[in-house]
Amino acid sequence: MFDLLQEMFSYPFMLRAFLVGTPIALCASLLGVSLVLKRYAMIGDGLSHVGFGALALAAALNASPLTVSIPIVVVAAFLLLRLSENSKIKGDAAISLISTGSLAIGVMVISLSSGMNTDVSNYLFGSILSMSQNDVLISFGLSIIVIVIFVLFYNRIFAVTFDENFAKATGTNIRAFNMIIAFLTALVIVVGMRLMGALLITSLIVFPALTAMRLAKRFFTVTLNSALVSIICLWSGLILSYKYSTPTGASIVICNIMAFVIYSIIQKIRDTIIREK
Amino acid sequence: MSLITCKNLSFEYDGILAVKDINFSVPDGAYLCVVGENGTGKSTLLKGILRLKKPFQGDIIYNDELTADSIGYLPQQTPIQKDFPASVSEVVLSGCLNSLGLKPFFTRKERNRAKSNMEKLGILHIKNSCYRDLSGGQQQRVLLARALCATKKIIVLDEPAAGLDPIVTQELYEMIYHINNVHQITIVMVSHDIQAAIKYATHILHLQNTQLFFGTTEEYLESNIGEKFIGELNV
Ligand SMILES: Nc1ncnc2c1ncn2[C@@H]1O[C@H](COP(=O)(O)OP(=O)(O)OP(=O)(O)O)[C@@H](O)[C@H]1O
Ligand SMILES: [Mg+2]
Repeated sequence: MFDLLQEMFSYPFMLRAFLVGTPIALCASLLGVSLVLKRYAMIGDGLSHVGFGALALAAALNASPLTVSIPIVVVAAFLLLRLSENSKIKGDAAISLISTGSLAIGVMVISLSSGMNTDVSNYLFGSILSMSQNDVLISFGLSIIVIVIFVLFYNRIFAVTFDENFAKATGTNIRAFNMIIAFLTALVIVVGMRLMGALLITSLIVFPALTAMRLAKRFFTVTLNSALVSIICLWSGLILSYKYSTPTGASIVICNIMAFVIYSIIQKIRDTIIREK
Repeated sequence: MSLITCKNLSFEYDGILAVKDINFSVPDGAYLCVVGENGTGKSTLLKGILRLKKPFQGDIIYNDELTADSIGYLPQQTPIQKDFPASVSEVVLSGCLNSLGLKPFFTRKERNRAKSNMEKLGILHIKNSCYRDLSGGQQQRVLLARALCATKKIIVLDEPAAGLDPIVTQELYEMIYHINNVHQITIVMVSHDIQAAIKYATHILHLQNTQLFFGTTEEYLESNIGEKFIGELNV
């Protein structure tokens, strides 16, 4: 095991994947708790598809991927939030319109400009080889921003997640907090997409939170468990992908599925023990 | 002194008036019960008072002392809360948020406030339990403790006793009465329990998509409306 790790880290791209992936996984899992509980997980899915379209556009324009996709995805995040808040429009249907629409636009742009190539498959399924030195710095910077905001606003995020109407009636600006959550989600998705791919990045947001909720019963322990599960799954996924040469994003998702199953089994066992007492 | 005054208030949903011509005021220290049949605009009016819904016409005038951090609220339960992983103390403490100002974290002052409110409502021994595993009555107490944490002046309650058995309902009403009587917190409560309303409330507001009656409980008992409504329920 130790030899394997040593060998793995002798490759700069593997080291970069760990360095980029760990903070992204941490941020995604923190935001995931709130998004899943607020029934906003679909927003993450919609955003990743918009992100794909934006990356395709950036490639066609020969522009830097992040400078094009960050503003587009952030704007989309606010739009999707509006749609989900507004009960008159069918929120989930509107989100699938936007996500399939952006996917189609992305595919059209790619086929008109360069034709389907490996880049496209990298966007869709992620690639650790696409990580540059710059990505490491950007993902670290963004992650620090996300974590600091999350910690500073932790109590407010809890209140807004648990009961929006109460928070609003007693004087919390819930609009602002929903926007902050949407903004941070957009950042995490754009940066994480390079590693995980547009189709799989949402799993980084949804899986750890759902897994943590199997066992933990306090919001605080759900958050901690979610972060822990997310990082461990990312590491095991990267090792798996290195050892068996499997695609990175999919390997990480497989590890998340296993963690979910393990937590569910433990939950079942614990519940039967409690019942028998 | 009145805390809240409503003048010619009306609310609409998608162009259809839900409730109109509301004129009443909530005196400081009052216990106001809002009664009326289903769908007559009681919850809508509460949402207006809590600034969750904009009035279509008319004004709500708040006393200067009534800032957002002096209002507590006990909502009807939303489906989201039913499976939410949170401990009792986390939920109660979140009520203290509006007195936090710009500080990011709770201090000992807020923690003590939460603790004393949990003690008051007899839920201190379950403070580490998971909110979703509690019984309906216990959950209502937790939400009431949270509302107490949030308030300095007034608590607004929307059918707090819905779904509770008669004994727990009585206990809850006694607690609310205690909060009003001993702690001098003004109560505005929607209730379908007219007997309890007459017993505890100082003022009654009777809605039927418009205002049928507003006044003290004694006046209500003598009014035609009151006699009729109570009579109907007694048959
Ligand atoms: N979100 C909404 N959209 C459209 N109409 C609504 C909405 N909420 C309430 N209404 C309508 O407004 C009217 C008043 O509803 P409200 O919820 O205030 O009644 P209520 O007095 O609280 O009833 P209940 O005793 O059943 O709780 C009803 O006719 C209802 O159909
Ligand atoms: Mg109602």
